[in-house]
Amino acid sequence: MVAELTKNERQGALVILLALAVTGLAMAAGGRGDPFGIHGAMVLVAAIVGIFAVIGGYYAPEPSPERLDSYYDSPTKFGIVAAMVWAVAGMAVGDWVAWLLAYPEWTFDAAWASFGRLRPVHTSGVIFGFGGNALIATSFYVMQRTSRARLPDQLTPWFVLFGYNLFCVIAATGYLMGVTQSKEYAEPEWYADIWLVIVWVTYFVLYLRTLNRRKEPHIYVSNWYYLAFILVVAMLHIVNNLAVPISWGSAKSYSLFSGVQDAMTEWWYGHNAVAFFLTSGFLGMMYYYMPKRAGRPIYSYRMSIISFWGITFFYMWAGSHHLHYTALPQWVQSLGMTFSVMLLVPSWVSAGNALMTLNGAWHKVRDDAVLRFMMVAAVFYGLSTFEGSFMAIRPVNSLSHYTDWTVGHVHAGALGWVAMITFGAIYASVPWLWKRNGMYSAKLVEAHFWLSLAGTIIYVFAMWNSGIIQGLMWRTYNESGTLAYSFVDSLVAMHPYYIARAIGGAFFLLGAIIGLYNIWMTIRTASQDQAAQNVADRPVTEPAIGAPALQPGE
Amino acid sequence: MTITHDLLVWFSKSFGLFYLIGLSLIVVVYAYWPANQKPFNAAAQAILHDDDDKPYRG
Repeated sequence: MVAELTKNERQGALVILLALAVTGLAMAAGGRGDPFGIHGAMVLVAAIVGIFAVIGGYYAPEPSPERLDSYYDSPTKFGIVAAMVWAVAGMAVGDWVAWLLAYPEWTFDAAWASFGRLRPVHTSGVIFGFGGNALIATSFYVMQRTSRARLPDQLTPWFVLFGYNLFCVIAATGYLMGVTQSKEYAEPEWYADIWLVIVWVTYFVLYLRTLNRRKEPHIYVSNWYYLAFILVVAMLHIVNNLAVPISWGSAKSYSLFSGVQDAMTEWWYGHNAVAFFLTSGFLGMMYYYMPKRAGRPIYSYRMSIISFWGITFFYMWAGSHHLHYTALPQWVQSLGMTFSVMLLVPSWVSAGNALMTLNGAWHKVRDDAVLRFMMVAAVFYGLSTFEGSFMAIRPVNSLSHYTDWTVGHVHAGALGWVAMITFGAIYASVPWLWKRNGMYSAKLVEAHFWLSLAGTIIYVFAMWNSGIIQGLMWRTYNESGTLAYSFVDSLVAMHPYYIARAIGGAFFLLGAIIGLYNIWMTIRTASQDQAAQNVADRPVTEPAIGAPALQPGE
Repeated sequence: MTITHDLLVWFSKSFGLFYLIGLSLIVVVYAYWPANQKPFNAAAQAILHDDDDKPYRG
C-alpha cells in the first residue's frame, strides 16, 4: 500500500501521522485515567503503527507513471473488506443485544455488557462501520468510472478511509467505557466528532476534486446522490454535535441545545441521517450497480433526477415526526407529518424506477443472486418508505411510537434495503475489482441471499406483531377507566417475539459471515488461475484493448 | 426580534410555499427540457459500456 504512494505522499503521510501521534500523546497526558486519556493512547498507538508502516515502505520504488492509466481501486478494496468485517462485528453485537432483551440476566453483571452500552456499538457498527465503509468504498469506485477520471492523488483516499475507521473504533470503544453524549446515532463525544469533521470535509473535497477532473460532460446521477450524502451528513453532524467539553482533558461535554430545542435538533439530525446516510448514499449505489448488473440503463433517468430533488428537499423537514405528542409545538409536528407523507412520492418513484429497470431482465433476477439482492432491496425500500410515511401520521404514531413497531420499521429499512443493496453491490464489484471471473462460490451467495431474506422476514414480522400488541396493550382501558395492563404485562407478552427476533437476526448474521468468507476466498484463491489466464490472454487482448489511435511517440 | 408562531406561519405560507413550488417547477423543467434528453440518455447508457475500464488521460 505504501508502495503505491509517491515520495511526496509518503512524506505527507508521515507528517499527518506525526501530528496524529502528538495529538494522541497530548490527549493521553491530559486525560490521564479518564476514558479521554485511554482514547488518546489508542490514537497514539494507531499513529505509531502507521508511522512504522510508512517507514517500512519508504524506500520502495516510486509507483510508475503507468498507474495513471488505471483507476485507483486499492482504497475501494480495503473499504469493502472493512465494511464486511464491520458488518459481522456490528451484527454480532446486534444479535447479542437482541438475546439480552429476551434474557436480561445475561449481562454478567459487567457495566460494559449492559444493554445501554452494547446497543450503540451495534447501531454505530452497522450504520457507520458497515454502511459508511461500503458507501465510501463504492463512491470511490463509482465516481472514478462515471467521471472517467482517476482519483486525484493516492494519499487522500487512504486518509479518508483510515481516519473514518479510527473514528468508528473510538466511537465503539468509547461506548463500552460509558462515553456517550446521549444523542441517538450521534453518541460519540466532542473529540471524536471534531476528528470526523476533518475526515468528512476531506472526503467531500476529494469527491469534488475527482468530479472536477471528469471527462464526461454530464455528472451521472449516482454522483448527485453520493454528494448529497456527503454534504448533508457534514451539515447535520456539525450542527447536532455543537457542544462544550467540561475541560480539555475530559471526554464529557454539554450540548449547546437543551430541552425541546435539543430534541428537535437531534431528530432533525436523526431523521436526516436516515435520509442522507441510509437512503441517498445507497440510492447512489443502486443507480450505478443495478443497471450495470442487469445490463439495462435506468428505466427513467428523468425520474431519477426528479426524485433526487424530492428526496433532498422533503426529507429536511420530516424529522419532527419523531416528536409527536411531545413539548414540540403542534404545528412543527404537523409540518413533519405532512412532509413525511409527501416523501412517499419521490421514494416510490425511486423504488418503481429500480423495479422497472429490471423489467426485461427478470430471468437474470431469477438466476443471479447478486441481482436478486438488489431487487429485494428495491422492494424493501418501497415497503419501508410507505411504512415510514404511514407511521409519521400523528394518530398512527400514537399507536406505534415507543413500541417495537418502530424497531421493525427501522430493520425493514436497514436489513431489507440498506444491507441488501450493499451486499448486491459488493458481490458485483468484488470480481470486477480483483479481476476474477466470478465469486469464489455462487452457491454461498445463494445461501447468503436466502439467509438474509429469511432473517429479515422473521425479524420484521416478529417486531410488527410485538409492536402492535405492545401499542394496543398500552392503550387498553378497563371498565373503571384505568389501564388494563401494567408495563410488565406487556413486557411478558413480548418475550416470544424477542426470541423470534433474535433468531431472525442470527440468520442475517450467519449470512454476513458466509459473505465475508466468500469474499475472502474470492480474493485469495482465484489469483493463481487468473495469473495463468492473463499470460494466455496477453498477446490477443493488449492491442485490442489499448486505444488503437495511440501511436508510438504520441 | 422575537420569532413568534405567527411570524413563522406567515413565513412558511408565503416564502416557504413559493420556494417549494418554484423549486419543483425548476426541477421538472430541467428534467424534461428537450435539449437535456441527449446527455441524460447518453449518461444512462454510458455506465453500461465501459469496456475499456480506464480513466481518460488528457
